[in-house]
Amino acid sequence: MDTATTTDVQTYETERVREFTNFILEVEGIFVSFGGVKALQDVSFTVYEGEIFSIIGPNGAGKTSMLNVISGFYKANAGRITYQGNDRTKASPEQVARMGFARTFQNIALFKGMSTLDNIMTGRIVRVKNNFLKEAFYFPAQPQEDAQREYVEQIIDFLEIQSIRKTPVGKLPYGLQKRVELGRALAMEPKILLLDEPMAGMNLEEKEDMARFVLDVNDEFGTTVVLIEHDMGVVMDISDHVVVLDHGERIAHGVPDDVRTNKDVIRAYLGEH
Amino acid sequence: MKIDPKLDTFPKLLMNRKILSPDRPAIREKDLGIWQTWNWAQVCDEVRSLACGLAAAGFKRGDKLAIVGDNRPRLYWGMAAAQCLGGIPVPLYQDSVVQEMEYVINHADVRFALVEDQEQVDKMLELSPKCPKLEQIYYDDPRGLVHYTPKNLHNYDYLIEDGVKFYADNPDYLDSEIAKGIKSDISVILYTSGTTGFPKGVILTYENILSTVNSSIEFDSLTEKEECLAYLPMAWVGDHIFSYAQSYVAGFCVSCPESGETVLHDMQEIGPTYFFSPPRIFENLLTTVLVRMEDASWIKRKMFDYFMNVAKRCGVNILEGRSVNPLDRLLYLIGKIVVYGPLKNTMGFSRMRLAYTAGEAIGPEIFEFFRSLGINIKQLYGQTEASVYITVQTDDNVKPDTCGPPFPGVEVKISDAGEILYKSPGVFKSYYKNPEATLSTRTGDGWVFTGDAGYFDDDGHLKIIDRVKDVGRLNDGTLFAPKFLENKLKFFPQIREAVTFGDGRDYVGAFINIDLEAVGNWAERHNVAYASYQELAANPQVYEMIRKCIEKTNRDLSADSEIAGSQIKRFLILHKELDADDGELTRTRKVRRRIINERFTSLIDALYSESSRGHIENIVTFEDGRKGTMIADLEIQDIATFDHMKLAS
Repeated sequence: MDTATTTDVQTYETERVREFTNFILEVEGIFVSFGGVKALQDVSFTVYEGEIFSIIGPNGAGKTSMLNVISGFYKANAGRITYQGNDRTKASPEQVARMGFARTFQNIALFKGMSTLDNIMTGRIVRVKNNFLKEAFYFPAQPQEDAQREYVEQIIDFLEIQSIRKTPVGKLPYGLQKRVELGRALAMEPKILLLDEPMAGMNLEEKEDMARFVLDVNDEFGTTVVLIEHDMGVVMDISDHVVVLDHGERIAHGVPDDVRTNKDVIRAYLGEH
Repeated sequence: MKIDPKLDTFPKLLMNRKILSPDRPAIREKDLGIWQTWNWAQVCDEVRSLACGLAAAGFKRGDKLAIVGDNRPRLYWGMAAAQCLGGIPVPLYQDSVVQEMEYVINHADVRFALVEDQEQVDKMLELSPKCPKLEQIYYDDPRGLVHYTPKNLHNYDYLIEDGVKFYADNPDYLDSEIAKGIKSDISVILYTSGTTGFPKGVILTYENILSTVNSSIEFDSLTEKEECLAYLPMAWVGDHIFSYAQSYVAGFCVSCPESGETVLHDMQEIGPTYFFSPPRIFENLLTTVLVRMEDASWIKRKMFDYFMNVAKRCGVNILEGRSVNPLDRLLYLIGKIVVYGPLKNTMGFSRMRLAYTAGEAIGPEIFEFFRSLGINIKQLYGQTEASVYITVQTDDNVKPDTCGPPFPGVEVKISDAGEILYKSPGVFKSYYKNPEATLSTRTGDGWVFTGDAGYFDDDGHLKIIDRVKDVGRLNDGTLFAPKFLENKLKFFPQIREAVTFGDGRDYVGAFINIDLEAVGNWAERHNVAYASYQELAANPQVYEMIRKCIEKTNRDLSADSEIAGSQIKRFLILHKELDADDGELTRTRKVRRRIINERFTSLIDALYSESSRGHIENIVTFEDGRKGTMIADLEIQDIATFDHMKLAS
């Protein structure tokens, strides 16, 4: 039921042949523990370039930890992450960002007092090559700032948030804040977009909007999307591949239809009977 | 301004604009946050290429081009391009659901469609198997459409490319097609949203539209210097006249807002001089202002209250050039600097020379509020069938509760049954493929039945009471005019929509829709927690607030002997907003009584029983077209009524 809109739209297109050939991201044998708590145990999966990949699992399964490892925020105790064929296990969050990873957060991390426009502009920082002094003296920075602004305006247009361009994000409803956060991530022109529960806490309509934006981003910019989600319905409908975690372990990995019927997955979600 | 009688079609007028004022701005659109402007010369060339593109695609004289989308320059150009080729544009309401569009596209024999974006393309593709005549679909915004493969779906840009090629090969074709157009040709078919049954396609000829447009330009001395905002649905006759026809004749610039949500902001940036709107927009503006003033600092609030009182006392007199005592005049001047000026600026009314409100009655307080600020807002009564203008208020004689005297060239009379009839050069040719409806609406000698009940007051101003068929009587014979009562209720900012019942009943009962913005804001300030519209609507404090509003209305009603008997005895607050998607309102937000009677039977019965609660279960349609069931148990309250007496004024 959640997925009516997205599937309807697909019917007007010829059956899209989604074939992926290159791995963009390979995660091998990741272990993460906090003291005695084993957050991730020997998790491996691969993400193809240009696909929508989902990490799902019940609460506390280690989904966000996994995303934090990918974005360089957590250091894995063991394991390897390969990005476009290069080992990047030890890269810092900032280096990871410059490599072309952008992310959103489960509990929205925007600058509440700043406008939508300014928040998205901050996403352009990794693309700006000015130093502090040049910025402070303004003049040489101007043409560059115009170019950045143009890109940001394209994102505003893409996400249909023109009406809140100048509104402080703290005043916006939750669903729109999520959209602004997506906008900021897009402003980094990422190769891989990491979305941490983009649809959590949304109503049906907002979820469908968000699902449409995720599909459109993937479609129009060819961005690889890795997303964590709770809501099986949406995930199964828009993902090309899915990995399922439970108690820090990988219990399934594959195309949505296979994962949906996997016994371990059903048990993890519905409990043992 | 003299208009050359040889320019008797819009394509001819447009091509003449290129000679008359090639460099003046013709249309603007905000793109990527920046206003983009096209001058008349550019518009001319664009329309030429577009028309040639359509010709290359096989568009012939008499073909229909459906136009669907928000107000976009390219869609307006599509209308002109179709007219260049002797075709007929058929604009559709962009928020119609597929079934509604399917009906119109089939009924109007549409062969080509120019639509705005993916949303509309999806609708067109869904209906196209059932509309065999629909051949080609063109879209303006390619977003999300990269993987769409239907062979008859094309980007607007390709149409222009083809047009440029076609023009190079056949440089004289278009000019000869334009020259073939004559004033008695069909200019446009506008489908009326209709409170009952299927929509009817109103055929307007160039002569119809141009004759009224020419008189209106003279009447209001419109020039090429006007600025206006095109934000009302393109399928509505008002937008067609104000944003298209008048702009082509007078040569003024029309601006298309960035999106539906940014209209108020865009209006502030453009500062229109000429504005047209249903009362709702003015109501919303006033509500926003009042809500924001309640949150303002103490000193600002005091200043606002004080100077608004000054404006109330003398603003209207100053606007209409009557004598005002010097002290008030001085205070008004100060008020202009500290309050009215900034206020008008925030609303985008700084340069407003002329504003019209029409479609519904406007609240006298709202009307007076804007006039007291020095904004020349006037009322107009019009219909699609009349090319808009029937009666219009003149600048020097404006009243809050009338629609003014007949417009130049229009004759108006009242039938014995109280129905308003008119006759004018703007009267439509016929309903498309519906001769019965044409015959029953227009008499042989050209009088058109409006379906509205009304009368002329002592000054010769037309006053509208209600739809003729809706005016009823209570069981004791008291006159019951539902819309009149509902409008009175809707003048309270807390009430968004009201439906009253009473015909053939013992007393009047009412359904109320609260205004989420106004009541929500009130709830926030009074620490009333609520999670949904439904919960807020059922809140006892909200009930108390609405009860007071209705009591005040009853007190007003009691002052007039004619209607004192139709005071409201019982009411309830509905758990859902009345919605056009559920068929409860028309697309122009008019109440559809028959549907409401069907959908809310159990609540109406409860209203006329002893019960203090009503139970309702019905199916609602979500924005994406899916349906769900809504169940609610609503409280019904009694209200005090008052005996008829003359209130000391």
